[in-house]
Amino acid sequence: MGKVAVVGAGMTRFVRRAQETGKELSYLAARMALDSCGLTLKDVDAVVVGSAPDAFDGVHMKGEYLADGSGGWQKPTLRCFVGGATGVFAPIVGWYHVASGQFDTVLVVCEEKMSSCHPHPQGAFLTIFDHTTERALGPNLLWIFALEMNRYMTVHGITKEEIALVAVKNKKNALDHPCAHLGSEITVDDVLNSEVMAWPVNRLDVSPASDGAAAIVMCSERVAKRVSDRPVWVEGVGWHLDTAYWTNRDLYYPRYVEYAARMAYDMAGIKEPRKEINIVEPYDPFDYKELHHLEGLLFCKPGEAAKLTVDGVTARDGDLPVCPSGGLLGVGNPIAAAGLMKVCELFWQLRGEAGRRQVPGQPRRGLAQAWGDLMQVGTVVILGI
Amino acid sequence: MSVKITHWPGTSLSSADFAEGRVLTVRGGVKAEYAWDAGVAIGRYLEELKRGRLVARRCDGCRRVLVPPRMFCEECFRPTDAWVRLADTGTVQTFSISYVRWDMVRLTEPEIPAVIAIDGASPGYGILHLLGEVDPKEVRVGMRVKAVWKDPAERRGAITDIRYWAPIREGG
Ligand SMILES: [Zn+2]
Repeated sequence: MGKVAVVGAGMTRFVRRAQETGKELSYLAARMALDSCGLTLKDVDAVVVGSAPDAFDGVHMKGEYLADGSGGWQKPTLRCFVGGATGVFAPIVGWYHVASGQFDTVLVVCEEKMSSCHPHPQGAFLTIFDHTTERALGPNLLWIFALEMNRYMTVHGITKEEIALVAVKNKKNALDHPCAHLGSEITVDDVLNSEVMAWPVNRLDVSPASDGAAAIVMCSERVAKRVSDRPVWVEGVGWHLDTAYWTNRDLYYPRYVEYAARMAYDMAGIKEPRKEINIVEPYDPFDYKELHHLEGLLFCKPGEAAKLTVDGVTARDGDLPVCPSGGLLGVGNPIAAAGLMKVCELFWQLRGEAGRRQVPGQPRRGLAQAWGDLMQVGTVVILGI
Repeated sequence: MSVKITHWPGTSLSSADFAEGRVLTVRGGVKAEYAWDAGVAIGRYLEELKRGRLVARRCDGCRRVLVPPRMFCEECFRPTDAWVRLADTGTVQTFSISYVRWDMVRLTEPEIPAVIAIDGASPGYGILHLLGEVDPKEVRVGMRVKAVWKDPAERRGAITDIRYWAPIREGG
């Protein structure tokens, strides 16, 4: 298997409603990623597009729709989709395009425009539930998060106050991100006093629905050494799918994240993730998910991630910076683009180019993770320099 | 090259941009209707609901009792073996008190969705349903509940043939 590097990254601002179409956002991010490493579309052998359900856009075959903005026409192009986990799955697909030896340079572009669906993109989520056994109950996507969060809190005795600290941290981190939708300085009380949507989920426990795109350029070792002074290497990838019978699983623990992580750790030769990984960008569409995922990623024992947050370990200047970007809670949540934004963040952090977001101590290795479908898919990418 | 990038593209719009006609937008809808076949396993599940009963499928390979029922075991990857009648009682595994409808319209009276592990199924194997006849403040994980069925004449062979699940009172 050939070595694969990330050599360029780009992203648009994440906003509530963008003037640009999905194609235009994709183009802006893709162009920026190419420019950042001095390549042009002629240098690109294949394109990977990542985008979440077509229902958000009301555009069928969204991969084809987005392909020109992603540089994909007249090239081997495919769109991949594993729900919310897509943004970290797309670079995995990019990785095996190159690792297989078939392609030298691959452009990976993720886009989401959440604002098109009216009155609210939540309506499009209804169709992810089983049409016969669940949909007649009128489920809301918030339900499954609320059900999972409650189970997680109950099993471990974790409080809403502890969980709210994640929202406080990430929204503050996002103040330093030039593309952030919702960077802000808030308190735990602000979270607790925000509107109760579906207890235990309050409004400020949730990331905002955003429009945006992100892109990276991935290439073989041969090309990386030619075009980049500081290639960032893909050291591990992992993905895993658990059962869609989500009411047959104990929701307190994300088993599928653990299996995805173990696959990536094996590939990277990592035995003790807590000691061997310097930055983590776990998927944080809700604040408790950051904790849930840190546990699935084996950074601590189940139930102990809240304490890491309370103790400041996961702060940007802590021992294990988590979501130094500001995460989905702060930078925003254009679904697939949000996942790839995390990979972009690792790229910039590992190269020491993250500006005001830079974590101290010259991080050598980072992990990005995303999650999706009916709380059942885990995707993990480990990058190192 | 985050630190070297000075311009980040993407143009944020405000409501005023639309109200004042500075940007154009086109509205449209997708009108699509479907008739989903219930299938073999869920078809029988629905028929039994109409009769006021909950059923599962048993797999003799892994010895799991599966609800919702399926005709094949996804782990053993073989046909499941038999229908099993379940009780219409269970235990709340987790719940939410929801003030938003599926389309984000706010509710004054909350709904209480829950995952209910059904008695007689494999441990922890449950279904999504709603709780009723209970003060939201009184709901607890671990609470024992029983199905409250619609009148037989009202049942249509749907998951909503169970109105909701109500707490089992002490001695009741
Ligand atoms: Zn089996």
